[in-house]
Amino acid sequence: MPDAVLATVSAIADRLSSISGRFPGAEPELVADVVRAVLGMSDDDPDNSETSLIAEVEELGRTIASAKAEIAALRVDDITDNHIPSATDELDAIVAHTAAATDQILETCETLDRVAGELTGEPAAQLQDATTRIYEACGFQDITGQRITKVVATLKTIEAKVAHMVAAFGSSANRLARADAMPDPSLLLNGPQLPAAAMDQSDIDKLLASFD
Amino acid sequence: MPIDKSMNVLIVDDYKTMLRIIRNLLKQIEFHNVEEATDGADALAKLRTGHFGLVISDWNMAPMTGLQLLQEVRADARLGATPFIMITAESKTENVVAAKQAGVSNYIVKPFNAETLREKIEKVLGNA
Repeated sequence: MPDAVLATVSAIADRLSSISGRFPGAEPELVADVVRAVLGMSDDDPDNSETSLIAEVEELGRTIASAKAEIAALRVDDITDNHIPSATDELDAIVAHTAAATDQILETCETLDRVAGELTGEPAAQLQDATTRIYEACGFQDITGQRITKVVATLKTIEAKVAHMVAAFGSSANRLARADAMPDPSLLLNGPQLPAAAMDQSDIDKLLASFD
Repeated sequence: MPIDKSMNVLIVDDYKTMLRIIRNLLKQIEFHNVEEATDGADALAKLRTGHFGLVISDWNMAPMTGLQLLQEVRADARLGATPFIMITAESKTENVVAAKQAGVSNYIVKPFNAETLREKIEKVLGNA
């Protein structure tokens, strides 16, 4: 690349950096001003390489302006102000409803257990076996609760990232939680694994046995 | 050696429904002396003031996780040898390895059944 072009690129970078520092919310139109200013720095007419570079910078400015318009059309404020909070509220309600139902099932099951204690022989054994299966099945509430908590955390991550993107484009919609509100990943709290990827009890037993 | 089912068992979970399920399952396998703790700090306080022959704990709790509780128990001169079973949905290899390194006696992955619970308890207490 000719020295003149390198010098032009460097000058453009310097001007962009300078404007970005002075005007954090700089509009893409300023890119065109930079281009014109750089053009003014040269005594000579731009050659083909310079013209091409300038065209690319202008195209970049148009792309940024277009992206801003598209983000505005998406009404991201709606996503962060309404849709995501609503979705998390719905999920919280699911957890609350299933917890209440599970408690009722357990209460009924405990009554059956007491009845089983008053019986003898095969009926008692059958009843106790049935209640055992119900207790086991009620564990679903804990697992689904943890899965829903993970989904809520994911939604909050999306919310933070959307807010970050909006802020980067100079929108006023910068009222959301920061991405660093994410849970600390170092605590190994992975939550329940999806069945296709999860280790079952026999895998766990083998892994533990490998330490012996 | 026969297992003393009259021993005190401490179950730890921040989810009360799960405590209720484990308590009922333990009752069905004739462990009747069961105490509950809803977080790691509560569990540690109960362990330090009482006498428990077995701890069954969830992992995913806040602010003290089940793993941190296990580490505290193992670091305590009086409690260090207490059998400790982790019951958790955390089933990644890194979790099991971390628990084993911290000194877990056995590890049950959720969802679990009564037979698995009975089998692991017998194994742990049989080796205690």
